[in-house]
Order: sequence, then structure tokens, then C-alpha cells
Amino acid sequence: MSTDVVIRSTRAPARRTPPLAAGAGPYRLALRRLRRDRVALAFGALFLVIVAACLAAPLYARDVAHTGPNDNHVTDVVRVGGARRDVVSPEGIPIGPTWHGRFLLGADQNGRDIAVRLLYGGRNSLEVGFIATAITMLVATLAGGVAGYRRGASDAVLSRLFDLIWAYPAVLLGVALGTSLALGGLNLGLFTLSGRSLLVPALIIGFVYIPYVARPVRSQVLSLREREFVDAARLQGLGDMRILASEILPNLASTLIVFVPLMLANAILLEAGLSYLGAGIQPPNPSWGTMIGDGIQLLPTALHMTLVPGAMLVLAVLGINVLGDGVRDALDPHAPTRLPH
Amino acid sequence: MGRFVVRRLVSMVLVLFAISVMTFLIFQAIPNGDPAQRLAGRTATPETIAAIRRTWGFDRPIYDQYLLTMRNVLTGRVISYTQQVNVERQIADGLPATLSLAIGAAVIWFALGVALGLLGAMRAGGAVDRALTALAMLGVSMPVFLIGALLLYLLAYRMGLFPNGGYVPLSRDPAGWLSHMILPWFTLSALFIGIYSRVLRSSVLDTLGEDYVRTARAKGLSEWRVLIRHVLRNSLIPVVALWGLDFAAVIGGGAILTESVFNLHGVGQYAAQSIGALDVPPVLVIVMLGSFFVVLLSTAMDIVVAVLDPRIKLAS
Repeated sequence: MSTDVVIRSTRAPARRTPPLAAGAGPYRLALRRLRRDRVALAFGALFLVIVAACLAAPLYARDVAHTGPNDNHVTDVVRVGGARRDVVSPEGIPIGPTWHGRFLLGADQNGRDIAVRLLYGGRNSLEVGFIATAITMLVATLAGGVAGYRRGASDAVLSRLFDLIWAYPAVLLGVALGTSLALGGLNLGLFTLSGRSLLVPALIIGFVYIPYVARPVRSQVLSLREREFVDAARLQGLGDMRILASEILPNLASTLIVFVPLMLANAILLEAGLSYLGAGIQPPNPSWGTMIGDGIQLLPTALHMTLVPGAMLVLAVLGINVLGDGVRDALDPHAPTRLPH
Repeated sequence: MGRFVVRRLVSMVLVLFAISVMTFLIFQAIPNGDPAQRLAGRTATPETIAAIRRTWGFDRPIYDQYLLTMRNVLTGRVISYTQQVNVERQIADGLPATLSLAIGAAVIWFALGVALGLLGAMRAGGAVDRALTALAMLGVSMPVFLIGALLLYLLAYRMGLFPNGGYVPLSRDPAGWLSHMILPWFTLSALFIGIYSRVLRSSVLDTLGEDYVRTARAKGLSEWRVLIRHVLRNSLIPVVALWGLDFAAVIGGGAILTESVFNLHGVGQYAAQSIGALDVPPVLVIVMLGSFFVVLLSTAMDIVVAVLDPRIKLAS
């Protein structure tokens, strides 16, 4: 009876994975599975291309478009296929895509080059997204880890804080904080921020999403701390912080990795929403959200103003989401994840 | 049971109190600068500013200002900075549009999310399933206001099938109400249909592996009957739990983007306009009441679920 069980349990995984995998660790295996996921890799590559293009914004502005992201050209004239055309017509309608170096993707109502603003705006949107995600992941891991590991009073206080932030609809809390901070910036003695700083929306978005990560981290740490290897570490005399860092954290890693693309995608979307409402990145700083907001004002006459930043935003977020799905499947096909709204 | 309800209600009151303090602090303590100065404008004399400070109570200690604000919020006497009108009356005016939007959208996203999720699970791995996965992915990757803007452009402006935004009360013109609401409903639903169909699909696939499903099939029931009566009933639990929370969030201000794009003059758009004018009191009241509503509804849901499902531990 018992031999039967042993044989079955060793054979079952051997049939699913090739013999090569005998000595490979879980991350090696996950990487191998991810490498076979062509769709996820293609969308990941798409996202990387967008990031690279946005990083090259100053090059494009200087050498191709010959204008900056905030330079107005309302009264300028461009040559399109031999004909001279106003950048912004006397009726206030901006020019559409010229498919030339200048105004490649058209102009906006102030005669600014949309392609240049698109790349600079992408830098801002992505920067806010990355910083916000870093803040969410760091704070949530620390707070969720401490709450789950220490339990008792620290857990009670931290969990109530998570509940409190959770009770606000994400957009509404972001809007509240964004309005409040855009009014006068932040002043914490040593640490001051002006209302126009990019860090303001990044901090807000990072803060709003903390409970979405901290709650699952806490519940996973709660069960991890009861495992034998944690007891063993404690018996060896290791301190709490050491156990959290070297015993618990490595077991949390795959959950955290799955959350990174999910949070990044949502942070970029929330930034767009806040900027659209005027509570995110402040004008004249471009971002995909503010550009779409400008475009919606002129939707019937200048569709390109909405379509261009909108397409870029959707492609970037789609790239992150599909890659993230592939990473999740590769790490653990049954990992539960919930999209915040 | 009674003790569970009491404990849940006590913790709800504590959370409501904490929310009111946090919202108050966000708007009164974080912004630098003097609200009286903002109210008075740039050309005000110091006497005017001092008078404003006294009438609005900005010179009182902070806990006093909190109590004053809360008394005004709860008795419906908050006045906006810019137009000096009663904020809660404005909110009441916007409520029919917000409720029409939230209720209609919630019905659509639940029905479509369940139908598409079930379809995906039945055809798991096939072409239909993969197409649905791709659509769901697109749905969660598009910002709502972009979906709304593109629908408005195509179906309202270009093809003239729907009116170009705005809201018509149901009591005045039911047909007009419907034609004004259809685009906003589907715009708001897109994201949720994407999420719900994915959640239901995986929940159905999990349930299909259960023993009682095999038993039902062994009894000779038709596949359709097994799916509807035995599988769907159990896999709906996570979706229904999500639905309650999301519905509360949408009514509590989560539809602010959709309302703004379609110019529905609802509560969310009122908040958005106040943000544009840097008018603090309406935003404070809407944020506070919105999150109050979320907490109230999620407490009610907890109690209802506990009553319905005896397996949920009342102690925890």
C-alpha cells in the first residue's frame, strides 16, 4: 500500500515535466513555461518598445519634430504634400496626422505636436505608474508582513487601516487626495512637495492601492508563520525581522511577482482617470490621461487628439496585462488574483 | 447570531467614524495655505479674510472644526465655497441620474458577465473561449472614459443612433431616459464584464471537478441541467460577493468618470466639476457619503451572507 503511494507520487510529476527539469528550481521552471508562452512574450515586448520610445522622447523632439512638448504653434503653417496648411485652423480645429516629421500625429488645440507630447506624456504616465507600484509593493509587503507575523495589536491596528482605505472607492479617494494636494502640495517638515510635482499622483496612487496587496500578503504570512521551517528558524534563535526576511519573504515572492504587473496596469489606468478629472498630473505637463481629456473636449472635430493617446495607453496597459497573465500562469496556474476597481 | 450582528454593527460605527475623521483631515489639514484666503480671492482686504475666517469657523481649533463640519454634513447644511449653494440639495438633484446609471449597469454587467463566463467555461480551451479571454483582457485594459468617448463619437455623433450625452428623468420621458442611458450603461459595464466573466469561468471550471457534479451526470441528467442547477448555483457565490461590493462602490462615486464623459449631471459629475473649481465642501461630502454607503452595504452583505450560509464562522 505505502509503496504504491510513493511510486505514484514520484511518477506523477515526472510525467508532466521533462527529465531535464529534475534539478531546476521553481523559478527556473516558471521561466521555462513563460518562454513557451509566445503571446505573453509578444505583448511584453510591445510594452518594452513603448517604454523605450518614451525614454527616447527628447531625441525625437530635437531631431525629428524640432519642437518641445509644451511649445505652442497656433499661428504656424506646415507644408503637407506641397500644400500649406494652418496648424490650427481659424475655426480652432487642429491639424490631423501629417505623417511627416513635423506634426506626425497631428496637433492639439494649442498647436502642440501630439507625437512629441505623446512620448513625453508616456514618460510621465509610466513614471507615475512605476513609482506608485513600487510604493504599493514596498509598503504593502512590510505592513502586511508585520500584521500577519506579529498578529495581536499590530495586526488589529494595521488591518483596520487597510479596511479604512479599502472602504473608499479607489477613484474617489484618489480624487480627494489629488484635489487636496494639488491645492497646496505637501509639507511634512523635511519633506516638501509642490502641487505640480509628479510625485504627488504617484504617492496618491501608491497609497490608494496598498490594501489590495497588503490584505493577501497578510493572510499568506498568517499561514506561513505556522509552518515547520519557521519554527525551525525560531528554535535556531533567529530574530523576527530575520525570519521575515529570509524565511517568509522567499515564500511570498511568487505572490508579489504576480501583483507587480497587475498593480502597474491599474496604477497607469488610475493615473489616466485622475488626470482626466484634473486631480492627477497637472497641466501643462502632458500625460496620456490629460491628453485624452483635452481630446474629449474636441471629440467631433479632432478625433486624433483622443485616439492617439488612447491607443498608446491601451496598448501599454494591454501589454502589461497579457504579460502579467502569462507570468501568473507560469508561476502558478491556480493563483487567485482579484482586480481592484 | 444576535451577538455577531451587534459586533458587526459596532465595528461598522467605528469604521464610519474613522472615515469621517480621515476625510475631514484630507481636506482640512493637508492642503497648505489658508482656506479663507482662497475663498476671499486675490484682491481681498485682511479684514474681509478675517471676517470669512470667523463666519466659516476656520479660526476654531481643529476638533471643533471637525464637529462643526460633521454637524453640517449630518443635518444637510453644507454650503459650497464657489457658488454658496446647499451641497446636499445639489447631491439629491444628481441622485436619480447616478442611481439610473448604477442600477442599469449592474444588471447588465452581472447578466453578461455570467453568460459569457459560462460560455467560456463550457468551451474551455476552444476558439470561443480564447476570443472571450482576449475581449475580457481588452475590457480591463481600457480606461472607462476612453470607451465612453469612442462610443459617443461613433454611435451618437457619427451615426446618430443615440443622443449626444445628457440625462432625461425617467418620470418625464421613459423612452428618452432609455436612449440616454444605454451608452453609459455599457461603458460602465465593460470593465466589470471582463472581470466577472473571468471569475465565473474559473469558478465554474473548479466546480466541474466536484464529486456531486459527477453524481448528477451519473444520474443521467442532461448536461445543460447539470450546468445550470448544480454547477452554476455554487460557482455564483464569489461573483455575487463581488457584485455587492462593486455596486456599492459605483453608487458611492465610482461612476464619476462615466458620468463626466456622458454629461449625466449625476453625483459623480458634481464631484468632478467641484474638483475643477477647487471647491472643497462638495468633494468632502460626496467622498464621505460615498464611502459611508460602501461600508453600510458591505456590513449588510456580511450579515445577510452569515444568515444564509451557516458554514461561515460567526466568531471570527
